[in-house]
Amino acid sequence: MKEFGYRRASDVAGAVALLGADPDARFLGGGTNLVDLMKAGVERPSHLVDVRELPLDDIEPTPDGGLRIGATVTNSELAAHPEVRRRYPALAQAVLAGASGQLRNMATVGGNLLQRTRCGYFTDVSQPCNKRAPGTGCPAVEGVHHNHAILGASDHCVAVHPSDMGVALSAFDAVVSYETADGPGDVALNDFYLPVGDTPHRETALPDGALITGVTLPPAPAAARSRYRKVRERASYAFAIGSVAAALDIRDGMVREARVALGAVASRPWRARAAERVLTGAPADAAVFAAAADAELAAARPLPDNAYKVTLMRNLVVAVLTELAEDGTRSAEEAAR
Amino acid sequence: MAPSTSSAITLNINGEKYPLSVDHRTTLLDALRERLDLTGTKKGCDQGQCGACTVLVDGRRAVSCLQLAVAAEGREITTIEGVAEGERLHPVQQAFLDLDGYQCGYCTPGQICSAVAMIEEHAAGWPSAATDDVRPEAGPPSLTADEIRERMSGNLCRCGAYASIVQAVARAASAPARSDGRTGVAHTEETVA
Repeated sequence: MKEFGYRRASDVAGAVALLGADPDARFLGGGTNLVDLMKAGVERPSHLVDVRELPLDDIEPTPDGGLRIGATVTNSELAAHPEVRRRYPALAQAVLAGASGQLRNMATVGGNLLQRTRCGYFTDVSQPCNKRAPGTGCPAVEGVHHNHAILGASDHCVAVHPSDMGVALSAFDAVVSYETADGPGDVALNDFYLPVGDTPHRETALPDGALITGVTLPPAPAAARSRYRKVRERASYAFAIGSVAAALDIRDGMVREARVALGAVASRPWRARAAERVLTGAPADAAVFAAAADAELAAARPLPDNAYKVTLMRNLVVAVLTELAEDGTRSAEEAAR
Repeated sequence: MAPSTSSAITLNINGEKYPLSVDHRTTLLDALRERLDLTGTKKGCDQGQCGACTVLVDGRRAVSCLQLAVAAEGREITTIEGVAEGERLHPVQQAFLDLDGYQCGYCTPGQICSAVAMIEEHAAGWPSAATDDVRPEAGPPSLTADEIRERMSGNLCRCGAYASIVQAVARAASAPARSDGRTGVAHTEETVA
């Protein structure tokens, strides 16, 4: 590991100032991804600005009925919070589906959004990788890619974003807030991650030197009945090979509102707008659920070894929507009793 | 001016203060083992994947291999050496002994530290990925074998002593509280929220 400086920030403006204009400096949150990447030589920061003690560790209701989540809230605190579990259960489920108890206690919300892909070529500095070393090529396209992207990728990079939390945040239209030396700013989570194109090394819309200060969830009544389901190669403690966050508001058998986002299929949490268009206003039945999944996956461009993901995601979307419809039927029956 | 690449820090471990100078690259795990002779904490993968290096930081379990020592200054650290009350074993330690919750023993300190904090997380009502309904109205999940397996999934055991580990954790979780009324470690004042 390369030597580096270390400073601890006590307020947001101070943290931004300590990072300064040095492109090789990094903010340190829980360190669960950054420290690992530093050991591997993928990250070689000149200095770290520790932001763990910033006063950004609250989860507070917003006046309009949403939630504001501070950037240094740990994944554990987020998933345990009663209002998160009550209003956005799929978000709590998504966070709980990621990593281990130890890592969730360390990892922060801001850091979760900025974690890097686990593509084996990205994390191996002896290999070419357009994301890590622009212009060197992408061995995954013809190499090991059984867990790579089927949507929105390019010939330059087929890596997937690893976050579970981000998939639920995408479905619920979260907004990311940040601070820069020139003042604060906001960007929608669904615009936060940039298209891959020919610049896979440019991952987010954050301005240079910006510090994520929090995430705001707008009010979403449909989210109170939401689910996150994750498929992985072992029962627990593994990254997804596919995941779905979804919410359905069903009245009299018809879908009034649908939220669907997919994980582990693209370079970012993938909001399934085409699926939502099919669902909205349609009967909440198996044929519609399948048509919605097919509409989204029509754009899939699988590689030779990850075509299974198209079938997997189709089945996963249908399964989660079916569970949500059953949840709705059950709670309607309970209400009628 | 290039920033300094080392710092003089004081670590608070098991209720004692340890002043030392660290290269910023030093992990808490390496500081414990190589600098402070607290070798109960084990190095397994050194990548945050196996849980052998689990310690408690401010009462919460964490992997010390991904925790920079310099960033741990000011936090209350508990290692396996600090889990017992003097000669009186912690209920988790006693249960691991009584039920053979190990084979070679290498992962055991991490398993025990993890279980100590996990039992408190559960007592605080935290749900897990094995919890059917995470909504607070559903009430706290009971600590079934499935819940224990999920909550302990960050601790790998290459001997495969999992069956006994699950039994030991279940017994410790239902054991009478310690003299101070808590299942956790006595000198950690902050409870799991």
